[in-house]
Amino acid sequence: MASSKEVLFNPILDNNPIALQVLGICSALAVTVSMANTLVMCAAVTAVTAFSSLFISLLRNHMPSSIRIIVQMTIIASLVIVVDQLLQAYAFAISKTLSVFVGLIITNCIVLGRAEGFAMQNGPWLSFVDGIGNGLGYSALLVSVALIREPLGAGTLMGYEILPTVNNGGWYVPNGLMLLAPSAFFIIGLLIWALRSWKREQVESADYEIAENIQYREAH
Amino acid sequence: MSQPKREGIGNVLIFAVAVCLVCSVLVSGAAVALKPVQKANRVLDQKKNVLIAAGVLEEGATTDAAGRGVEALFADFETRVVDLRTGEYADDIDAQSFDQLRSAADPSRSTALATGEDPATIKRLEHYGLVYLKRDSAGTVETAVLPIRGYGLWGTLYGYLALDSDLETVAGIGFYQHQETPGLGGEVENPRWKSQWAGLSLFDDAGAPAVALVKGKAPEGSDARSHQVDALSGATMTSRGVQNLVNFWVGDRGYGAWLENMRGGRV
Repeated sequence: MASSKEVLFNPILDNNPIALQVLGICSALAVTVSMANTLVMCAAVTAVTAFSSLFISLLRNHMPSSIRIIVQMTIIASLVIVVDQLLQAYAFAISKTLSVFVGLIITNCIVLGRAEGFAMQNGPWLSFVDGIGNGLGYSALLVSVALIREPLGAGTLMGYEILPTVNNGGWYVPNGLMLLAPSAFFIIGLLIWALRSWKREQVESADYEIAENIQYREAH
Repeated sequence: MSQPKREGIGNVLIFAVAVCLVCSVLVSGAAVALKPVQKANRVLDQKKNVLIAAGVLEEGATTDAAGRGVEALFADFETRVVDLRTGEYADDIDAQSFDQLRSAADPSRSTALATGEDPATIKRLEHYGLVYLKRDSAGTVETAVLPIRGYGLWGTLYGYLALDSDLETVAGIGFYQHQETPGLGGEVENPRWKSQWAGLSLFDDAGAPAVALVKGKAPEGSDARSHQVDALSGATMTSRGVQNLVNFWVGDRGYGAWLENMRGGRV
């Protein structure tokens, strides 16, 4: 039985949902243009993952397995709508830019992955902690990406100017690529490379090996 | 073992119905309970956008230099409904509850525009539009703010255009909702770019809207320059869209008739 401390901190480096399991990439590309949006999105995903895992774990012994996925989706979808409503009420400015992505938390593979992969086998408390842990792992990677994208793409961080851009009379010519989704692919790729160079055990074994070239022989 | 019983059809149905009921109560409860706050947010946001375009409120700030909040600042503005076809006030419509965008979608309160007469690509033009007026102590209009919208590259830009007391000179512009590319067309939000609009002359000598977003302005002091704003670099379509929509809304189909009536002192 894993301790709750392990369950909480393992997903940050050793079993990161994005870097190792490669889940939840869509929102990692979409929201990391600005740090403020990233932080709100991370909080929303963490809350949804934690509470959906908690509720699903509470129900796991009564849930008929034939309808378990649809029940999990219903619970997740309800939580996402509640989070979206809360953002619209208390963080209106951010919800205007983030609303569509918050709705898409429903399809975030991390949430369903933790529900099906962890909460169905573990107790409520441990499942809740696991949800928080995976939310933190997701957040750690997203914040790192936003930390690179926002300054290089817009010259700002949290809206404060740190690299004065040419448009505002400074010297920095913003890198337009950083504002577009593909840049997050490159950054996530580089982060995965760095992480796996440091933690060698995360390197996956190759799916197949390329066979050696066979000496070409003429048929006679 | 309880396993087979749990999988029975009756149990599955009961479980599904129970989950659906609990979840729907949760969702509708949250939606209903939070609705007043959300509505207040939207109204406040709209007021804030008007104030930002008029230049009385800084972007991102909640109070002006004197510490007055959005509500207090907005109290200086008078909201009126204008009949865009005649340019006269339509005081039988309650300005507080009038939703201009919704009326643009209502066939009985709007007209479909043909391709040739729709440079801003808004498809339907409403019969009535809002104006926000700030008057000085003598009662003459100091600033007038008009809602504007039109298609850029990816979607419709929504904003406000503020005019000075002569109703020919721009006081400020602001777009509160758009889908343009960040860093390129998205620079319509850039305060430095927006600052060029102040003092811009809207109409040419013949009285036709003449705003132009150009690459390389005409020389200093020339007549053409007074109508020109730098185009957004790397965003030709957005720049063209902004130029078309500003000219459309101050033109004859937009608020042109009302502006003329105001200048002639007829309303």
